[in-house]
Amino acid sequence: MTTSTRRSVLRTTAWSSLAIAAALAGCTKKDDTPAAAPAASEPVAASVAAAPASGASAPLKIAFAYLGPVGDGGWTFAHDNGRKALEKELGSQVQTSFVESVPESADAERVFRDMVAQGNTLIFGTSFGYMEPMLKVAADNKGVHFEHATGYKTADNMRVYDNRTYEGAYMAGVIAGGMTKSNTIGVVGSIPIPEVIRNIDSYTLGAQSVNPKVKVKVVWVNEWFNPPKETEGAQSLIDGGADVLLQNTDSSAVLQTAEKNGKYAFGWDSDMTAYGPKAHLASSVNIWGPYYIKAAKDAINGTWTTGHTWWGVKEGAIDLVSISDKVPADLKAKVDKVKAGLKDGSFSIWKGPIADNKGKEVLKKDVVADDGFLGGIKFFVKGVEGQVPGGK
Amino acid sequence: MDTYALLLAATLNAGTVLAIAGLGLLINERSGIVNLGAEGMMLVAAIAGFATAVQTGSDWLAFGAGALAGALMAGAFGVLVIWLNTNQYATGLALSLFGNGFSAFVGIKYTQEHLAARTHFSIPLLGDIPFIGPALFRQHPMVYLTIAFMAGLSWFLYRSRAGLVLRAVGESPESAHALGYPVRRIRLAAVMVGGALCGIAGAYISVVYTPLWVEGMVAGKGWIALALTTFATWRPSRILLGAYLFGGVTMLQFHLQGEGVAISSQLLTMLPYLATIAVLVLISRNPVWIRANMPASLGKPFFPGS
Repeated sequence: MTTSTRRSVLRTTAWSSLAIAAALAGCTKKDDTPAAAPAASEPVAASVAAAPASGASAPLKIAFAYLGPVGDGGWTFAHDNGRKALEKELGSQVQTSFVESVPESADAERVFRDMVAQGNTLIFGTSFGYMEPMLKVAADNKGVHFEHATGYKTADNMRVYDNRTYEGAYMAGVIAGGMTKSNTIGVVGSIPIPEVIRNIDSYTLGAQSVNPKVKVKVVWVNEWFNPPKETEGAQSLIDGGADVLLQNTDSSAVLQTAEKNGKYAFGWDSDMTAYGPKAHLASSVNIWGPYYIKAAKDAINGTWTTGHTWWGVKEGAIDLVSISDKVPADLKAKVDKVKAGLKDGSFSIWKGPIADNKGKEVLKKDVVADDGFLGGIKFFVKGVEGQVPGGK
Repeated sequence: MDTYALLLAATLNAGTVLAIAGLGLLINERSGIVNLGAEGMMLVAAIAGFATAVQTGSDWLAFGAGALAGALMAGAFGVLVIWLNTNQYATGLALSLFGNGFSAFVGIKYTQEHLAARTHFSIPLLGDIPFIGPALFRQHPMVYLTIAFMAGLSWFLYRSRAGLVLRAVGESPESAHALGYPVRRIRLAAVMVGGALCGIAGAYISVVYTPLWVEGMVAGKGWIALALTTFATWRPSRILLGAYLFGGVTMLQFHLQGEGVAISSQLLTMLPYLATIAVLVLISRNPVWIRANMPASLGKPFFPGS
């Protein structure tokens, strides 16, 4: 090899590494933009103390930490719609920013501290795994209000909010029970925690309310967001005879797998009609806007107090939307009846007698489960096959 | 019975991704180069293929774009390790990390895109045979092309002159060099062909297997493909067999869950990886197996004329 070619190779390498460096620099900048606000040069403590007192003069700075990308078309997409609704409603009174794809690890703590340093006084963390990092940051920043989605630990300046997603699962179940031809429906579960088990159970109860013969198969992918695994799980449910699928995962992969196989499925968290127009029966959606508006108003008016909020159909936080034309009218009417009953409080999904799938009665006749019971569900109801991982 | 036919079909589909990438890596390892960048090349090819499918609507163009992306990345890797003699393992790892970040970066605006309805494939007549039809003959054409390619590659490696030269370069680059073969160019070609095949596997994931794009969606399949080459002791037919075995374990874990078998799903998730380790231990215990098939210069730098 001559020297000149070696030199030219070196030159190419140098140029390409320069290009890579430039791309990486672009990358970092991009990551920062959402959170980048006018530099808060004043000390953090001062801005914190000033914000609640000054009221309408300066906008309330609000930050959101998202689990996935805004474009996931599911969980995070729904939260971002809530943030937009908040901006629309309160206009110049608030100034919002967000950080996407925040991992559920020590990195989350860094992100929350960064948000505080940038002068945000109301901070939303939209995933269960942010609980401990948020608790730590909240303890060090008493003047900042923290809001944690789907958790259970609170502090004086940190409270919990969640949606009754199981109400959407129940309504989807009503449709699934009526639409199944094989009397077998399936769920792709994420992580076996009470929230997800409750959704599977409610889906089953909904299906049984119209079709007592229905059986439910469950597979776990042990992740919130892993489209290839969600696809494999959905495929195995379909191969096992399930013809209507629900997922408690964050992507549209299950719906797309159903579409490919000519089966039915639902959208979850956001309206997913576009991802599988033929397979899509309805979407159970989270509407976070009303809660975000309430929380911001609490902070602005100085009426913010710690606690738990669990909203559902009644408060307009959960809905079943975009019901397909393939669903017959009498089934639609049943869903409407359930929805109306949940709205005015005349109907309860978790009302005895309810037995688990080993035959043990868990709720006696006419007993309505309270939130404490619902928060600790670790069993499958009768009709679900298999057992809860790690359960006895 | 039908359930098992469908399980078999899903296994073939899952194994095909691993087989294409594994065969590609086999080619470049036969020339003496280890490329640990498989995962990164597959990711970049996945977004390249997905973007092409969104823009043009053609799956075959998408495979072409994936192959091109994989070959380009492998080409850059090849220049670094073959001419500049950088450490193959470190450079491969860097390629993998780079591909991971780069694909996420360029893929941001494609996270919400979706492809048009996927076509169903079925071979006329054969596809209608009970049990065997749904199990074997209703797959994407790529599944059959992979099997044909494996046969072709076996012939090439063991029956053709060019294949002999490729193996000679991998066994003893010094001898091949002394005989007048352009060792470096042959290695670069092998590395680029390997990259192109990894690219096709990546595009298959984002266009056929899970038709959407998300960050990191290859989810470790590149690493399994790398393990496969050792698992198969560098033999094309065993790569195919191993790929179906791994695909089968992946699908079986969900199948068992769906059947309500009381095995912890976390344990089942570990199965493919446990199987890899078990096989690696088994074949490494037998030096004859390794020595008989492992390219002797694998991973070692080559300085012509030294």
